[in-house]
Amino acid sequence: MPSKYSEINPAWGDRDPVIVGFLCNWCSYRAADLAGISRFSYPTTLRDIRIMCTGRLDPTFVLKALREGADGVLVMGCHPGQCHYESGNYKAMRRMALLRRTLAQLGVDPERVQLGWASAAQGNIFRDTVIRMTDAIVRLGPLDWQANITDSIDDIASHFAHLEADEEVAYGR
Amino acid sequence: MAAKAKPKLALYWAASCGGCEISVLAIHEKILDVAEAFDIVLWPCVMDFKRQDVEAMADGEIDVCLFNGAIRTDENAEWAHLLRSKSKVMVAYGSCSSEGCIPGLANFNDSRQMMQYIYLDAPSVDNPDGVLPQMETQVPEGILTLPGFWNTVKTLDQVVPVDYYLPGCPPEAEWTLAAIDAILSGKLPPAGSTIGRASTVCDECPRVRGEKKISRFYRPYEIIPDPDICLLDQGLFCAGIATRAGCGALCPRVNRGCEGCYGPPEGVVDAGAKLISAIASVLDADTPEEIDAILDTLPDPAGYFYRFGLAHSLMHRVRLEKQNGDKVASPVGEIPRLDPSLKD
Repeated sequence: MPSKYSEINPAWGDRDPVIVGFLCNWCSYRAADLAGISRFSYPTTLRDIRIMCTGRLDPTFVLKALREGADGVLVMGCHPGQCHYESGNYKAMRRMALLRRTLAQLGVDPERVQLGWASAAQGNIFRDTVIRMTDAIVRLGPLDWQANITDSIDDIASHFAHLEADEEVAYGR
Repeated sequence: MAAKAKPKLALYWAASCGGCEISVLAIHEKILDVAEAFDIVLWPCVMDFKRQDVEAMADGEIDVCLFNGAIRTDENAEWAHLLRSKSKVMVAYGSCSSEGCIPGLANFNDSRQMMQYIYLDAPSVDNPDGVLPQMETQVPEGILTLPGFWNTVKTLDQVVPVDYYLPGCPPEAEWTLAAIDAILSGKLPPAGSTIGRASTVCDECPRVRGEKKISRFYRPYEIIPDPDICLLDQGLFCAGIATRAGCGALCPRVNRGCEGCYGPPEGVVDAGAKLISAIASVLDADTPEEIDAILDTLPDPAGYFYRFGLAHSLMHRVRLEKQNGDKVASPVGEIPRLDPSLKD
């Protein structure tokens, strides 16, 4: 069954966008709770993961999410100045800025990795952020990282047929 | 010749610079012990061996293979498969075979872009007829062949299973010796281990570290660094904070920031991600504008963070242009908004 997003961008085909969300325990995860309690409606594209603080977010998590098939990553925390641990969200702000620059060099549009703020009282801002992010991802199309970094055998034009079988496992660490 | 057959040692190079071969000799007179203890059955850099000689061996006949160089052509992969099947213990020797190293930087491009630049566009090239290397060339004597050139540089363990890693560009003699001693004494670490120290270059660096607050980055030509203070404290990029120890902090000792050739320390998957995390968190900035201003002084961040580890990093390479790629997505203006009320 075609994805409803394929009407907007045919590149989606049969699947919906997948956005991995890292939400901080003290503000944004509670904003997500509030959005649910308030019965706000927003796209079902977000897979939220609770972390204690956006300062705990290792860029490795973001890279792994993208590598494993996410189309985007949304990190949300407390507003600047309101971090439960004083400075975690500032560290996240700096890391995300550098991470976005690095990813851009690797061919990942910086729009795919976003940072947002919502306090525990701002379910509406959480909803708006998810809508806005989904909108950006839908327009960008699927990331499909593994497929987009794997050489086709035609590209390699291999002399040796037996190497073909190794292409699938070659990216395993 | 001793009554008991000596263990067989093979050394092979794939996509590498030859520095690893030299580093084997950096163990100095101990090389004589190695020659005494082992029967060297393959070392193309030093002695004349033919592939048929290796193919004629029984599976597992070679006791230890030190394999340096990344995998970037069909020939590299052929040899990796051949030596894997003939060797009991496969050691990824050096940064290229364990991390991708400098050849792995080719993963910022693809093979067509590389051929275009190397054979046509580079300023030093004189190639008026636009001759490009071909996998097959007809000559009067028959057909000449070249191995296929891959889009993507791979590390040895992305092609065949690897037993031990000996990182470094090149590995320091101390660790080459440690590996040889371990093999000779039979006291080998668990399979999959990296032979080296677990901590980071900072642990071996004599510089004094203070509270880090980076207000701008300097490139090496822009500043004469203080010889006693942490380079990162002075705004010089140094990868030592996320790089495995084992080299004795050679580069920081001579006023040069660590480049990261020893790869990630124990327990770290992606050294680049850890560098992003560590470097960014000490920026002296609290607003997006201030952060951008500081980051503008750090050109080519991916090049700094993945200088040696791109081929073994989580992202592995730059995205190839495919039908669904960002670069060829429909123009943004033509796709309607999900929610018409949204504005940029």
